[in-house]
Amino acid sequence: MKKTGSQILLECLRLEGVETIFGYPGGTVINIYDDLMDFPIKHILTRHEQAAVHAADGYARATGKVGVAIATSGPGATNTITGIATAYMDSIPMVIITGQVPTPLIGNDAFQEADLIGITRPITKHNYLVKNVKDLARIIKQAFYIARTGRPGPVLVDLPKDVQIATTEFEYPETVELRGYKPTYSGNARQIDNAVKMIMAARKPVLYVGGGVTLSNTSKELMQLAELIQAPVTTTLMAMASFPKKHPLSLGMLGMHGTYYANMAVTNSDLLVAIGARFDDRVTGKIATFAPHAKIIHIDIDPTSIKKNVRVDLPIVGDLKDVLKKLLGKLGEHKEDISALVDTTEGWRQEIDAWKKQHPMSYKHSKTVIKPQYVIEKLRELTRDDAIITTEVGQHQMWTAQFFDFTQPRTFLSSGGLGTMGYGLPSALGAQAAFCDRQVIDISGDGSFQMNSQELATLVQYRLPVKIVILNNNFLGMVRQWQHLFFHNRYSQTCMELPIDFVKLAEAYGATGLQATKPEEVEEVIRKALDTPGPVIMEFKISREENVMPMVPAGAGLNEMVLAS
Amino acid sequence: MKHTISVLVENEFGVLSRVAGLFSGRGFNIESLSVAPALDPTISRMTIVTTGDDQVLEQITKQLNKLIDTIKIIDFTGQDFIEREMGMIKVTAEEGTRAEVLRIVDIFRAKVVDVTPRSYTIEVTGSPSKIDAVVELLRPMGIKELVRSGPVVLGRGPKVWRNS
Repeated sequence: MKKTGSQILLECLRLEGVETIFGYPGGTVINIYDDLMDFPIKHILTRHEQAAVHAADGYARATGKVGVAIATSGPGATNTITGIATAYMDSIPMVIITGQVPTPLIGNDAFQEADLIGITRPITKHNYLVKNVKDLARIIKQAFYIARTGRPGPVLVDLPKDVQIATTEFEYPETVELRGYKPTYSGNARQIDNAVKMIMAARKPVLYVGGGVTLSNTSKELMQLAELIQAPVTTTLMAMASFPKKHPLSLGMLGMHGTYYANMAVTNSDLLVAIGARFDDRVTGKIATFAPHAKIIHIDIDPTSIKKNVRVDLPIVGDLKDVLKKLLGKLGEHKEDISALVDTTEGWRQEIDAWKKQHPMSYKHSKTVIKPQYVIEKLRELTRDDAIITTEVGQHQMWTAQFFDFTQPRTFLSSGGLGTMGYGLPSALGAQAAFCDRQVIDISGDGSFQMNSQELATLVQYRLPVKIVILNNNFLGMVRQWQHLFFHNRYSQTCMELPIDFVKLAEAYGATGLQATKPEEVEEVIRKALDTPGPVIMEFKISREENVMPMVPAGAGLNEMVLAS
Repeated sequence: MKHTISVLVENEFGVLSRVAGLFSGRGFNIESLSVAPALDPTISRMTIVTTGDDQVLEQITKQLNKLIDTIKIIDFTGQDFIEREMGMIKVTAEEGTRAEVLRIVDIFRAKVVDVTPRSYTIEVTGSPSKIDAVVELLRPMGIKELVRSGPVVLGRGPKVWRNS
């Protein structure tokens, strides 16, 4: 039987196992929305297309599945751009469907036309303009395949309205044939042998771990490796939840707002094993003084990540799961050498423990004003281990990374690469849609929250009980911090002068609003929020000019940390 | 340093913009670029001349490989290859210079492909340096217009690059 393009699209989504999609209807996707009424796919109507993409992204990060978002042509499609770029920078598997004007009108500056293929080319792993309904099933199959394999990423399918209406026989291809796309999964055996030799020869090894560990679900293998060779582990923001911070080998986060001991360990190491990380500038600081004494092993599935920013002594291209398993197997053949290694590196771990004691992560407590770090610590104390935490971008994000002790993978969703304010609330929405029974909490600042606060409506409409923490300092705090440190306290346009009544705002949407202005109210507000059904805003009036410390100034070396302001 | 690479890509809509966009987006240089269908008409073969140190070239080839539509990259750096470019030159040819122009054409085994009372259009094929030389010699006669195809290259010897 013949099917229309829009039916074929939905049939393909169903066959890909898609249960929930996020989107916003419009003129060039109206056929898809009409057919959606007859399909067993749950659709969540966000209040902005950017939020639909972030929600699909949060869904993907929390579940590991491909997130799906849909938007109409022109402004609907251009509204997705920030969401797509966010997912691209953090390698999140997603398929974004955009409507397009009918093929005869493409290029005519038609109503609600925009060249999405051109606009999204540099921010997608791949994109497609479907010109013939006969190609549609193959393209959707390829889009999902490309999105979730290799180094994952967003794939956009631009679907003209006439292609949605056109009919053809539907057949979903069973296999994908792409002669130009063959990711390397299997790590080279000789390179792995060399890695074993380098590890055995190390005296001051550090494992530097990035988001690839989450994407490839290799936290278990990472733990085995770290414990086997007793090597300290530092994570990037993207790998925050992949290695428990309470573990004795954990160094916490490295880089600009990393711990003193992580940055000291990297600077003094003689072997740095980079695992699914990409040596971002916020991690390395000044390249010339980054890990100056270390040999570097870089394991990554994406060859372009290797030797892009730093010199690498031993590259290993492959899937982390494959490479780490092989590496563990090879190391396991040298039991005696490993116990010798563990003995000889004991001094290194003691050196690190001394740094930990010297400058632990800390902040000045207060009995009169609420400290943001205190809110984060209390929140951790009162939430379950599997609670999913999302953040926006800024000071609150760094405090969360520094003071929330994550223990399980895929429980920390944050825009790492692009640094997108407004990401946290819609991504929490997506995560909650995937896991209705888990605690999902967006930790936000007053600035970021207002970038997508309209999504309160979506939360209430779909009964998604996301809890929102607003650390309110009436500032764009991170920029204010830079102005304080580097621009002589000239607070240009960073004071949010209009005080917002966030309690009333919550109530306007039919959610619950709570507020704490004193430290002794913090715990009660959190407890009450967690016990309240439905979405809740918890507003904490925090010390206004608190800084995120330690800090490596932009362009400085990791050893040039400022410890306190 | 100058590098010549051939890129075999899917002969599809938008692929050229992906390749060109990759170069501009990452700050790589394109000195010349020529594209046409390959032996297999589903494949386009691009010849790109670029400049950069070894690290830049490594990133260029890796990034090109990363494009889904890229089937094969051939980096001719340090390899034995044949390089040919075509130039067409419209040169002033009046009474005093017509004979000299023809002599230069003759020396370089070029061809006059269009003649008017005041101009010749000359076709010349060879290595880019040969085209440079012809252009330099004709310049004093008065070059009105010049077009160069950018080089295309093939490796020497019986070895061929297949798409599998």
